[in-house]
Amino acid sequence: MKRIILSAAALLVAANVAQASEQIHIVGSSTVYPFSSYVAEELGATTKFKTPIVESTGSGGGMKLFCAGNGMDTPDITNASRRMKDKEYATCQKNGVKYITEVVVGYDGIALAQSKDAAPMNLTRKQILLAVAAEVPNKEGTALVANPYHFWDEIDASLPHRKITFYGPPTSSGTRDAFEDLTMKAVAKHMDVYTNLYKADKKANKKYKKFHEIRQDGVYVPSGENDNLIVQKLTKDTEALGIFGYSYLAENADRIAAATVAGIAPSPTAVQDGSYKLSRSLYFYIKKSHMDKVPGMKEYINLFTSEQMIGDGGACTEIGLIALPEAMRAQYRAQAANLTNMKPEDLKKK
Amino acid sequence: MSQPEIFTDARMRKRMRADKRFKFYGFAAIALALAFLVFFFVDIIGKGLPAFQQAEIQVEVHYSDATMNNYNNGVDRQYKSLVSKTWLRHIPNQMRDHPELMGQNRVEWVLAENRVDQFLKGHEGHRLKEKYQKLINQMQEDGTVRLVFNSGFFTKGDSKLPENAGILASAIGSIFVLLLTMLFAVPIGVMTAIYLEEFAPDNRLTQIIEVNINNLAAIPSILYGLLGLAIFINFMGVPRSSALVGGLTLALMTLPVIIIATRAALRAVPDSIREAAYGLGASKLQVTWHHVLPLAMPGILTGSIIGLAQAMGETAPLLIVGMMAYIPEAPDSIFEATTVLPAQIYTWSSESLRAFEERTAAGIMILLAVLLTLNAVAVKFRNRSENTW
Repeated sequence: MKRIILSAAALLVAANVAQASEQIHIVGSSTVYPFSSYVAEELGATTKFKTPIVESTGSGGGMKLFCAGNGMDTPDITNASRRMKDKEYATCQKNGVKYITEVVVGYDGIALAQSKDAAPMNLTRKQILLAVAAEVPNKEGTALVANPYHFWDEIDASLPHRKITFYGPPTSSGTRDAFEDLTMKAVAKHMDVYTNLYKADKKANKKYKKFHEIRQDGVYVPSGENDNLIVQKLTKDTEALGIFGYSYLAENADRIAAATVAGIAPSPTAVQDGSYKLSRSLYFYIKKSHMDKVPGMKEYINLFTSEQMIGDGGACTEIGLIALPEAMRAQYRAQAANLTNMKPEDLKKK
Repeated sequence: MSQPEIFTDARMRKRMRADKRFKFYGFAAIALALAFLVFFFVDIIGKGLPAFQQAEIQVEVHYSDATMNNYNNGVDRQYKSLVSKTWLRHIPNQMRDHPELMGQNRVEWVLAENRVDQFLKGHEGHRLKEKYQKLINQMQEDGTVRLVFNSGFFTKGDSKLPENAGILASAIGSIFVLLLTMLFAVPIGVMTAIYLEEFAPDNRLTQIIEVNINNLAAIPSILYGLLGLAIFINFMGVPRSSALVGGLTLALMTLPVIIIATRAALRAVPDSIREAAYGLGASKLQVTWHHVLPLAMPGILTGSIIGLAQAMGETAPLLIVGMMAYIPEAPDSIFEATTVLPAQIYTWSSESLRAFEERTAAGIMILLAVLLTLNAVAVKFRNRSENTW
């Protein structure tokens, strides 16, 4: 026993002497994580810098850690699969994180996919809304009722008589937020039957401004953060549709196929030109006050924005990132190299 | 000869049938549990075994200025997509370390890309392009493709490219974390148990403490993560993701298990031994330290090992303190960021590249082997402790 205690003390003292050496610490979105960590690995393997640590905390969690202050124990960079919010920018400012540079690295497509054995499916965003929303307009379109649909042909006679089942991410997931934003909110905010309720009582009916509540009667099955599990479920349940990131679709092309949205299948070109609607931009944010304190920051940022990584056919696009159009890549590369400050008014305009 | 009346009685037969059914239920339960276990092992081992082999291809490597500037020039164009990027990108570094290589063209066995690897192992969904499939088939005939033992799996850290991913960094991380857990949890747990069992008076307060310790053992482990985040990171300023914070958090989790096991072991030491020692004039310290503790030691060790094995397989609390991250390098000190085996398995399981599937299963096999070893050691101690007084 004495020996154990002694060696414990010795270990602690030894550890105290070897202070933690500085390396880049990155947090944020689990969607950006594979690309960010790939760049980190490349930096560690090809330069003398230590491999940066990349932690997948989710976009919101990353912002919280990033904006906590300027201390060296706070992250240097945060990844996000959505833009920084006004509120988060304000928190950053309040905590002294004054100068931030915003960089867009590419797009992420959200795929609606099904088993390869299933007949091809084409849906509009409105049909998707009617299939997954907790409340939908009644037949006359005058009021909202709890979602009665269980077969696709009940929504639209042109659709097949097929059971509606969705395997999708749980509420904690950024992919779920994006799915809600891109299909449900985008459609519901233009539908009077929802927005009239909001206008009637802005406080009590706030959720109807951009309705995005997913039904909980077993039609939408939250299937965990692990997209591989959803892919596996789709191979078993040929009637179901799955919701997950584009990279998993590409990697599992032998077992699953995409459903088209408004006639467009998800592909890098369709996302780039904006014709495939279920896509979003991927960001990272740089804490400028750490630039000269943490070795390798500049190199990491340059590497991440390089053609070799995020250009057409770059290493990140091989693992599922969808490249930005060339002009935008150049713009963000310049922005990253000059460390252009982010301005609060940037966040206001949509 | 007719049967005695008692065996032919209808009620008796009914009772005996019920008896047999009861036995069958028990047997069926065990069979079902075993079937699950066998299914799990067959599935994991079937998936994981291929990961212990890795494809290599034989190509001519050009150590030239062109390669120095762009590592993609290291091999002929047609082979570029077959060779692992992780191998290509380290050529310039190697040339810097060995200047004599400059200007040479050497035929070498090099690490193959994961798609080639998956294609060779006959996995569906390998996604190797058709023209490369033909090339690989051709190379197979020439004997310039081979599957060798995947030593990299044991000597490398995490990587985003499956052919380069290994468990070394996370295994070292696990050892660090486990050592720290042991250093904190065992002395504190054993001392607590000794105090409660040998010294503490039996009053309301100790009863409350006892009930709470038993409750703590049953708390979902993620709560310990939140506790660790609040106390160690936010309040005490221990670096996030470090082995220290992981060890401390897991120590909190393991404490109740160790305390309960130690108390049971101490209680199993018969009072006659204590009384004999007191009778010879030994003090309380001497009785505990010289007689009770050595006799209870096997039981204490068993409890501690089981507690530590539980800590070793734990992921939930470590997620909260930031250890579920991409950390490819093994830590040099307990303040440096590190990851652990179960966390590594978890990260691999959510990777999109298909070749990670077999690495995940292989990681699980390694973890299971370590846990089985730990449990076997615990069982051995338990058998040794079966003293009769």
